[in-house]
Amino acid sequence: MRIKTETAIRVLDVAHSFGEKEVLRGISFSVERGEILGLLGPSGAGKTTLIKILTGQLKPSAGSVFLGEYNMADAKKEIYRQIGMMMDHFGFYERLSCMDNLRLCAGLYEVQPQRIREVLQCVGLYEDRKCPVQKLSKGMRGRLALARAVLHRPAFLFLDEPTSGLDPVAARRIHELIGQLRKDGATIFLTTHNMVEAEKLCKHVALLYEGTIVEYGEPQEINRRYDHMRRLKIRLYGGKDTELPNTWESADILYEYMQKGQIETIHSTEPDLESVFLELTGRGLE
Amino acid sequence: MKNMGIVFQKQGKDTVKNITVLIQFVIYPIVAAVMENAIQVEDLPENFFVGMFAVMHISMAPLSAMAAVISEEKEKNTLQVLLYANVKPMEYLCGVGGFVFGACMAGSGIFAVLGGYAGRDLLSFLLIMAAGTLTSTLIGAAIGIWSRNQITATAISMPVMMIIAFLPMLAMFNKNIETAASLVYSQHIQQLLNGLRTEAAARPENVIVIMINSVMAAALFALAYRRKGLT
Repeated sequence: MRIKTETAIRVLDVAHSFGEKEVLRGISFSVERGEILGLLGPSGAGKTTLIKILTGQLKPSAGSVFLGEYNMADAKKEIYRQIGMMMDHFGFYERLSCMDNLRLCAGLYEVQPQRIREVLQCVGLYEDRKCPVQKLSKGMRGRLALARAVLHRPAFLFLDEPTSGLDPVAARRIHELIGQLRKDGATIFLTTHNMVEAEKLCKHVALLYEGTIVEYGEPQEINRRYDHMRRLKIRLYGGKDTELPNTWESADILYEYMQKGQIETIHSTEPDLESVFLELTGRGLE
Repeated sequence: MKNMGIVFQKQGKDTVKNITVLIQFVIYPIVAAVMENAIQVEDLPENFFVGMFAVMHISMAPLSAMAAVISEEKEKNTLQVLLYANVKPMEYLCGVGGFVFGACMAGSGIFAVLGGYAGRDLLSFLLIMAAGTLTSTLIGAAIGIWSRNQITATAISMPVMMIIAFLPMLAMFNKNIETAASLVYSQHIQQLLNGLRTEAAARPENVIVIMINSVMAAALFALAYRRKGLT
C-alpha cells in the first residue's frame, strides 16, 4: 500500500553569510509531515544558523524556506502559533516557578490551563512545578524547555541540541518525549552532534559540514552506502587482535586463519554515522 | 490588549521576587517616612523630606526599573520568547511600562499619605507625580531599549538618574546649578510640590518645562525604538 505523505518543511537552496564569512551554502531538503529529521554536524558546522533560518529568526542571504504552505520570507507572525522551539538561547524567567513560566506562555498562546499540568506531568516536572527556574538542574531546564515548546501543540517542532550536556537518564527521558511527540503527529527538526541520538530518533538525517550537506538519507541507508567501510575484527588464540577490510582479499586471509584453527572470535563491524562522517570530512562529529 | 495584560501580570510576579527592582519602588517612601518622623529640626519646612524624597522617587525608581527590566529581558532572551509568542513590541512596552508606572504611583500614594494631602491638593500632588513618573518611565525605556545588557543599562541609567534626582537639591546651594536645573523637569516638580505645601500658585514655566521634558523623553524613546527595536 502506498501511503500519501505531505511535505511539511521545504528548504530550497538556502545560503547564508555573516559579513564575508559564508556559513551555509546550497542547503536543500524536505521533511514529511510527522517525520523527525536530524541535522548532524560538529560545532561550527552551521546547525544553529540553519535552525534560526528555518524558524524565521534569521533571514537567509539566498534561498527559500517553506513551513507547510507558508514561505517564511513573508510569513506573518501567526505562523509562530504553529511552531515550537527549544533553543539553548531562549531564556526563562529565572525567579518565577516552572508553573508561572508555562502559565505565561499558555496565556499568550490561549492554551487551556489543564494543558500546563499535562505537559509538566509529561516531562516529569509536575512535582517541581512551584520550584523557581533558577533552582532547576540543567536536565530539568531542558525538560522544561521541551514542555514550553510543545505547550501549544505545534505542528512544527524545532529542537536545537535537545540533549546537549544532559546526563544519560535525562537524555533518555527527552528521547522518549520526542518519540511520543512524533507519534502525536508533530514534524520535528532537531540538530545534534550525537549520532546515537540521531540513529535512534530520526527517520532521515542530514550531515552538515562547513555549511554544506555532505550526506542525506535514512541512517541505515547511509550506513549501507558506506558498506565498503565494514571491517572484520578477529581475535586469534593467544590474544592477538587483527582487523580486516570487507574485501575478497580478506576472505583468503580469513580462510587461512580458519584452516589453521587460529580464530577465537570474529565480529563484523558496520559503519555508523560517526565513521561515515569521519570518512567524508576527515573529522569526527564531536 | 490581552497580551499587554499578560505582560503586566508577569511583571508583577517577577518584581515581587526581584529585590533589586522591588526596592526601587519602596525605598524612597520608607526613607521619607522614617526621616519625617525621626528628624525634628526647628525652621525645617513642613513635609520637607516628603517633597525631597518624592522627587527622588519619581526621578529614580521608574527610570532604573524600566532600564533594568527591559535590558534583563534582552540579555536573557525572555523578550525573544514573548515576541515569538506573538506579543507585539508595543504591547510589551506598554505592559512593562504600565506596571512600572502603576508601582511608582502606588509609592506616590504613600507620599501623599505622609504629606497629609487631601481633596484638591491630593489630586494635584498625584498629577504632578504622574507627570514626573511618566517622563522618567520613557527615559528608562529608551535606555533599556538602547542597552544590549544589564551592565550597559546600569552604566547609562545611573548617571542620568543621579543628575535628574539630585539637581533640585544641589540647586539650593549654587546659582549656576540652579540655572541648569531650571531646564530639568525634576526641579519644576520640586517647585510645584513646594508650591502645594506653601499654597503658592503654580508658575506657567513649571508646566511648560515639564511638558517639554516629557515630549523630549517621548522623542528619545521613539528614536531608540526606531533605531534599535526590541530584538
